[in-house]
Order: sequence, then structure tokens, then C-alpha cells
Amino acid sequence: MKKILNTPVSDSDLQDIRIGDVIYLNGHIVTCRDVAHRRLIEYGRELPVDVRGGAIFHAGPIVRKLEDGKYEMVSIGPTTSMRMEKFEKEFIRETGVKVIVGKGGMASKTVEGCREYKAIHCVFPAGCAVLAATEVEEIERVEWTDLGMPEALWLSRIKEFGPLIVSIDVHGGNLFEQNKIDFNKRREEEFTKICEHIRFIK
Amino acid sequence: MDKTQQVQSMTETLSKFIAYFGKVLPDDIRQKLEELRKIETTPMAALIYDTMFKNQELAAKLNRPSCQDTGVIQFFARVGTRFPLIDDLSEIFRNSVLDATKHAPLRHNSVETFDEYNTGLNVGYRTPSIDWEIVPKSDKLDVDIYMAGGGCTLPGRAMVLMPGAGYEGVADFVLDVMTSYGPNACPPLLVGVGVATSVETAAILSKRALMRPLGSHNPNEKAALMERELTKAIDAIGLGPQGLKGERSVMGVHIENAARHPSTIGVAVNTGCWSHRRGNIAFGPDLTYTIVSHKEAVL
Ligand code: SF4
Repeated sequence: MKKILNTPVSDSDLQDIRIGDVIYLNGHIVTCRDVAHRRLIEYGRELPVDVRGGAIFHAGPIVRKLEDGKYEMVSIGPTTSMRMEKFEKEFIRETGVKVIVGKGGMASKTVEGCREYKAIHCVFPAGCAVLAATEVEEIERVEWTDLGMPEALWLSRIKEFGPLIVSIDVHGGNLFEQNKIDFNKRREEEFTKICEHIRFIK
Repeated sequence: MDKTQQVQSMTETLSKFIAYFGKVLPDDIRQKLEELRKIETTPMAALIYDTMFKNQELAAKLNRPSCQDTGVIQFFARVGTRFPLIDDLSEIFRNSVLDATKHAPLRHNSVETFDEYNTGLNVGYRTPSIDWEIVPKSDKLDVDIYMAGGGCTLPGRAMVLMPGAGYEGVADFVLDVMTSYGPNACPPLLVGVGVATSVETAAILSKRALMRPLGSHNPNEKAALMERELTKAIDAIGLGPQGLKGERSVMGVHIENAARHPSTIGVAVNTGCWSHRRGNIAFGPDLTYTIVSHKEAVL
């Protein structure tokens, strides 16, 4: 059965979620990436969308303006989350965000932030931007349009948004870091093996 | 058709083709992804492949670019010296990108360096990039067009080794790139390796290697052996789809090589992501064309 979280998400909702779990999200998500993080943390500007208990998406969408003045989500895929590592712990503390969606892993400061302030980081399979767009029911609002289409804050109502693979949980787990240990170990073994076959300089 | 009409018609063809392969993956890639999905055993890997396939279906159905990052467009042209439109090709390529950007639509991915502004046109100073190979006495054009996304461009690395490092040094270099940058480049990857003298000679070969169809091998037997061995080794690292672990990491490893200076081994790595949007189209002297990479394509 699909595990579905609804925004607003409470601390207790996240208690039983572990890295490697697959979840889906109902409710709202707002795109929030490089400059938005910088404005909040470095310049102390308040985020124009309240994300307490909510979800943010590290993504820059392609949006189409419709004739009735509304917007249509054409394509939205995750961008590399690691770029936000520098800001994310403080971002979680300041905003009370509960679910962060992006691509690839994040590092130790985000893990600390997720544990101390109770939040999770998930990945949406990258390159699947049309699927993600079809899981957006409606774009309800847009803020900070001065940043341009990719960087503006697009607040979307979403239905069964996912699959979201949990990469950082509230217990200090970090899926990508854990995988990396295995990858590096196997890499050493494989390097020793391959050297047997490729000594072409004799 | 007079010359002006010919130029216009070829621009249109290329523009439509670029828009098309931003939505539909080439035949070899599709087939490979299906093969790889069958090999994976964990529910997680299967789920990710299923999600990818669902996305590709939706992209074709809704006529939208399958990944929001439609890359910076690169051309790899093998042009006959007697191809009738050889003088106009640079302009044709550029205009086809401009046109496709509006109609596909493609993301605006050209930021002028130093002045640091997005041109908003998806073309700029020296973009799209064009790699020329001249074919003497031919009247044909064979061109690969590629959407180089940011995520899979990021792992690119090149360096010059001392010969003492040997091909073991080459393998070491490639494996390092795989574990450090591979997981984030949207695996399963196509890995291109260039082996030559210097960084730039190796680098261009590593990118040309990504234009080779899957299943092709380097004609040199030892280089082909190294392709197979690297495939095995990188697969064994177990990146899996999206770097979330699995039986396989790559769609293939392609090596392109050139002779080297006795004192150096230049090596470069380039990666292509699972969404390897490459189009191969061949034009005859009368501008009739064959789409090689997508057999079912109708423009
Ligand atoms: S690496 Fe490829 S699939 Fe992944 S986001 Fe970039 S262009 Fe899309």
C-alpha cells in the first residue's frame, strides 16, 4: 500500500519513516532553490510563503501562462540538492519545513538539521519531469517572480506526488552517504581486479 | 528548390528533429533501459525504472520534453567536402536550435560567460557548439545532435598521466569519477572515455564516444577489452538507477583513442545520463534524410 503523507506534516508523522522508504505527498509543495535560500539565510528576508509543516522542492520548472491568467505546470524535475547544503539546516530551523524534495544526497549539516528540528529529505527520480508535472493539480500562487521562472517560488497543490525516496530521516540516517561507503569499498576491489587485465604497457 | 529554400527546409527538418528527440529517447537507449530493468531485483530499482518508463510515455503523449533540462545543444558533424550546403551549415545548426527552442519548447540554457546573463534564446557566443570532421570527396552529411544536461555534464574530468601510471592509471581515474560524481549524474550512465596525449585531445574523444550507438565496440581489440572490463567494474560498484543501488550502473562504456606522445597519457571522462537525448540524422546531396537513431520518427 502507498504510504501517503499529508501537509501540514507533524513531527510524529515522520517518526516511523526511515531512509529507503518510499512515500507520496498530498497537499502543497513550493519550489525553493538557490537564491530563495540565500535571501532567507544571508539577507534575512522572510519567505513569502509559509512552509511551516510544509514541503519544499529543489526544482526549477517550466511553466506556461494560460489565457485566464492562471499557470500550468509543464515540466518540473528536481535539481541537485547539494547546492543548498550550505543553507538547509538554518532554513529548516527558520521556516519549520518538514519535507525537502530534491535530487541526490545532502551532507552532515542537513542531517543535523533534520534530526534536531524533525524534517526529512527525499529524492524524486530525476529526469521524470513530465510525470512530476502531472501530479501537480494546480499552481495556486507564485512569489518572488523577480527571480525569473526557474528560481521563483511556485506554490502547487499536489496529489500523490512521488515516488519520493527518503534519503535523510529524523533519526540521523543518510541513504546516499551509506551507499557511498559500499560503492567505495567495491571500487577498491574492482580496481585490483581490472588491473590484471589492462597492463598494456609492457 | 533554390538555395534559400534548401537552407530553410533543412533548418526546419533539424528543428523538428531536435524537438522530437527531446521527447523520445533513441531506439538503442530505450532497448537498453528495458534490458537493464529486467536485470534489477530490488523493488526500489524496479520502481525507479517504472517511473522512468511512465515518464517517457507521458512525455510522448503530452508532447513535452521528457526532462526539464534540455541541455545545451551540441552538434557533431561529419561533413563531406562536397555537401552542397557546407557553407551554410553553421547558420543552419544555430537557427534550428533557435527555432526548436520556441517550438519544443526547450529551456534557455545559454548563459554568457563573464557578462553572466542568460541570453534567453538558448544560443550564445559559440553555442550551440559544433564539432567538425571533414570527409574528403563525400557529398553527404552525417550529424549527431546531443542535449547535454547539467547533471551529467558535471562529472566531466580530464588529466594527463605519466606513462608510468599506465592503463591502470586510466582505470583508476575513470572509477574515481564514477564513485564521486556518478550517483548524481542520473545513472544508468553511458560513460565516454578518451585516451590520447593531452586534455583537449582526450576530452573531445570522450564526448565523441558518447555519440557512438550502444553495442558498438572500439575497433582496437585491447581498447574493446578495456571497454568490457570497465563496464564490468563499474557495474560491480552497483550504482543502480539514480545512484540508489542496483545490479547495474551503466548502459555502456565507450573508449575512443588516438596515438599519444611517448611521455604522456591524456585521459578524459564524459558521462551521459539515462535520459541520453542524442539524435543521429544523415543527409544526402539532394537533402533527403534518414533518421538513424529513431527508426519510427516522423517529423
Ligand atoms: S542528468 Fe539527465 S536526466 Fe538527470 S536531470 Fe540532468 S538531463 Fe535530466
